[in-house]
Amino acid sequence: MVVMQPAGDIATRQRDLIIASTGLMLLIILPVIAFTLFFAWRYRQSNTEAEYDPDWHHSTQLEVLIWSAPLVIIIALGALTWISTHTLDPYRPLSRIDASRPLPADVKPLTVEVVALDWKWLFFYPELGIASVNELAAPIDVPINFKITSASMMNSFFIPALAGQIYAMAGMETKLHAVINKEGIYEGFSANYSGEGFSRMNFKFHGLARDGFDQWVAKVRAEGKELSRDNYIALEKPSEREPVTYYSSVAPGLFQAILNMCVVEGKMCMGEMMSIDSKGGAGKESHANHERLRYDNRHAERGEEAQGATFPASEKKPRTQEVDPAKAPNGGHEHHDHSMPGMKHDDPAPAQLNR
Amino acid sequence: MFANLDLQKLLFGRLTLEAIPYHEPILLVTFIGVAIGGVAVLGLITYMRWWGPLWRDWFTSVDHKKIGIMYVVLALVMLLRGFSDALLMRSQQAIAFGANEGYLPPHHYDQIFTAHGVIMIFFVAMPLVTGLMNFVVPLQIGARDVAFPFLNNFSFWMTVSGAVTIMASLFVGEFARTGWLAYPPLSGPAGSPGVGVDYYIWGLQIAGIGTLLSGINLIATIVKMRAPGMTMMKMPIFTWTSLCTNILIVAAFPILTAVLALLSLDRYVGTHFFSNDLGGNPMMYVNLIWIWGHPEVYILILPAFGVFSEIVSTFSGKRLFGYASMVYATVVITILSYLVWLHHFFTMGSGASVNSFFGITTMIISIPTGAKLFNWLFTMYKGRIRFDVPMLWAIGFMVTFTIGGMTGVLLAVPPADFVLHNSLFLIAHFHNVIIGGVLFGMLAGITYWFPKAFGYQLDPFWGKMSFWFWLVGFYFAFMPLYVLGLMGVTRRVQHFDDPSLQIWFIIAAFGAVLIALGILAFIIQLVVSFMRREELRDVTGDPWGGRTLEWSTSSPPPDYNFAFTPVIHDHDAWSDMKRRGYARPLKDFRPIHMPKNTGTGMILGILSIGFSFGMIWYIWWLAALTFIAMAVVTIGHTFNYNRDFHIPADTVVGTEAARTRLLERRV
Repeated sequence: MVVMQPAGDIATRQRDLIIASTGLMLLIILPVIAFTLFFAWRYRQSNTEAEYDPDWHHSTQLEVLIWSAPLVIIIALGALTWISTHTLDPYRPLSRIDASRPLPADVKPLTVEVVALDWKWLFFYPELGIASVNELAAPIDVPINFKITSASMMNSFFIPALAGQIYAMAGMETKLHAVINKEGIYEGFSANYSGEGFSRMNFKFHGLARDGFDQWVAKVRAEGKELSRDNYIALEKPSEREPVTYYSSVAPGLFQAILNMCVVEGKMCMGEMMSIDSKGGAGKESHANHERLRYDNRHAERGEEAQGATFPASEKKPRTQEVDPAKAPNGGHEHHDHSMPGMKHDDPAPAQLNR
Repeated sequence: MFANLDLQKLLFGRLTLEAIPYHEPILLVTFIGVAIGGVAVLGLITYMRWWGPLWRDWFTSVDHKKIGIMYVVLALVMLLRGFSDALLMRSQQAIAFGANEGYLPPHHYDQIFTAHGVIMIFFVAMPLVTGLMNFVVPLQIGARDVAFPFLNNFSFWMTVSGAVTIMASLFVGEFARTGWLAYPPLSGPAGSPGVGVDYYIWGLQIAGIGTLLSGINLIATIVKMRAPGMTMMKMPIFTWTSLCTNILIVAAFPILTAVLALLSLDRYVGTHFFSNDLGGNPMMYVNLIWIWGHPEVYILILPAFGVFSEIVSTFSGKRLFGYASMVYATVVITILSYLVWLHHFFTMGSGASVNSFFGITTMIISIPTGAKLFNWLFTMYKGRIRFDVPMLWAIGFMVTFTIGGMTGVLLAVPPADFVLHNSLFLIAHFHNVIIGGVLFGMLAGITYWFPKAFGYQLDPFWGKMSFWFWLVGFYFAFMPLYVLGLMGVTRRVQHFDDPSLQIWFIIAAFGAVLIALGILAFIIQLVVSFMRREELRDVTGDPWGGRTLEWSTSSPPPDYNFAFTPVIHDHDAWSDMKRRGYARPLKDFRPIHMPKNTGTGMILGILSIGFSFGMIWYIWWLAALTFIAMAVVTIGHTFNYNRDFHIPADTVVGTEAARTRLLERRV
């Protein structure tokens, strides 16, 4: 049970909190269950020896007790919650390596920029200038600062052995601070359903000793390809079961461009838009920016939208060849009728049948 | 838009023959089964010449009792659909390991878990709750019907239309593949281009109108139509919880309507409320839907609390312990339920102070809930407990719900939630409270009030079988999910790689089979009880030694419920009347003013199905036509002045005399 036996300090403290809270609650839960069963047995109809008092329905002492007993537990749990929520806030930089070791003053954290794509994970190592898909590695006992975003759907970045999860959302950056304390290969995945490739949106997280991590970086540099903006745009397309891929070099500013939804040439970055807005907006002029602010996460306008789509209401062109029936190669709409799915390759089924 | 017009698009929108999934064997077999079953039922109704009575006595009825029963029938039918989805999911997850892909590809599996959630919440739990409130509340407060009888009939048919719309997606097109709350951007036009999310939106919008109107109706009924002497603090607890539930409905459902309307604008006209780009913000949707969604779970659970209060008190032969604190606990829960919505997304990156605030408000709700449990406990104390089937459900509830409450409070601790959120632990938790709380409560309530509705009790043997299969099945099905959640397994996953998880999924699937037997036993119970109805007949109107007003009238009650409006002096009015030697009035009956049946509600319901179908498939002429027709029928109905009639005094005399003879024969 990985949540109960984690390998990172944050997840360990979250485990301890689960145990402490459960223990605190059992103080009241167990007696309630025990008394329910005991009273049910004791005051059964066939037990005529038990006292029967049909009009007894009030007792001030008991009322005080039944409101105050849960209250006391909740005050204790509330205090625990307030403190632990602040100390284990994912946005808070770490203050220790594990229970016995405080954070050394000279330690340099590793920054990892995480992008949730449809349906794979892209990891940037800005300090090392490398990137990887569906594989994450980090040295043990070194704080990791994750900066997390998504290129499309809402996902949740979760490595149970390392630390709790945090959502990955397009156009937004969430943060997570964590440290891994034991060497090993751990499961990572999306914990928020994001469409049909979701079940296989997994990656391995390698917790490595310093030497091992250096070797891993060397391997990425040796085997890796270049991650240019064009390569990224190709990678961004929805795909499933993407193999582990390494990138030895990364186009400058790519993560910021992904975060600001302006990787595609000519798009306006979110940051720029927000800066205009914060100055009061551009008034009627802003209409000129409209197209530049459209960001087509699923590549629908680039010909990747599933068929049947919002066409014609949205006037977006679906992937099917028959965009305009009048101009369709085999002359119009009659091939809508009578065609069994799979009969013609140029006549794909609408979206709801694409399996 | 008009550049693409052609005749087929004009007539059928985006509906084509390919939308009928005749090439998917599972759906084909289901369709054939449903078609054969449907034809058989229709044939039987025609052969038995039941169409007339069905139309006259049920479909057009404005009698709150009949509408309540129809709600429950709808819920039980939809339970079979929702539970079939559950079995499909459990079996898929039990086999889809490693090289085995299972038999449900993601495209199909994703629709199933979405449909399961939507159907179980909106078309099983809600109709059960609404149905029970509809049947019981007017009887408990000594009223002859609800405040707006026609509105009640209309609400019911809108709920049915929503259910029909959702069911249609099974055989025409597809259902949403988004999860039951349809978070954008996945549910937006780019993430879900097909008709699935549109089925979701229109099904819920139409049913939501029904729910909202029935909420208004029941509030008006409870506030204005209580029998003389029944002050607020003398109302039965079930009526109190119903009042709070309906206040929650009226306050929460407009939010759902609004947020779904915004989502439809994104999907239909290209606005950007919830898109990633152009300044849209999906987090807004998540907040709004949960501001409805959290009160929704209290909408479901409060009436169950009310049912258990009635049952524990009746079967312990005692007045409810701590009536006043029970009422205050209910009211406190009602208010607090609006202050906790953010606990559904601690992981979205709010600051630590915001997260702790919502975590602690959530925990505070457990205080009044705990007080309620203690009140039931001390009601049993010094009682004489009879273990009839409703009481078994109550004990099963008290133990099961306590566990679910504990895991709920655990999930309210934000750092713990970070590792448990969206995991199977969460799934286990909310099934623990919804099955152990709402469903047990509703099944207990059905068993408890069945003799009132039909005049005979349910067969206790099959009732006990159903209870034990449900209870044991629940533990087998969901305790493994707690374990899997702690093993770091997340929800909505269609295939797994780690073989060590499989055994837990197999145990869970076994539990689902036990629950299936529980449902089967419940159906057998209905059939067996009908066959043995003469032996199980209740002539007294008070088979359980009841305490509230509904037991003072006959079973089933006459159309007018009470020949004379009762006068209330104390809590547990009927038990008070029995103690003071109440004698049924036998003469001086007067004509009784009653509302007349009308087919308008059903006609509007059918038109609304046409409207939503038109909107879903972009068949604009159909949508426009049915919308105009609805407006015309609605306005037309306001000119119908032939709405009421009087039951003649002679008829009342006859009905009451028949009851007198029955009562005497028994004595």
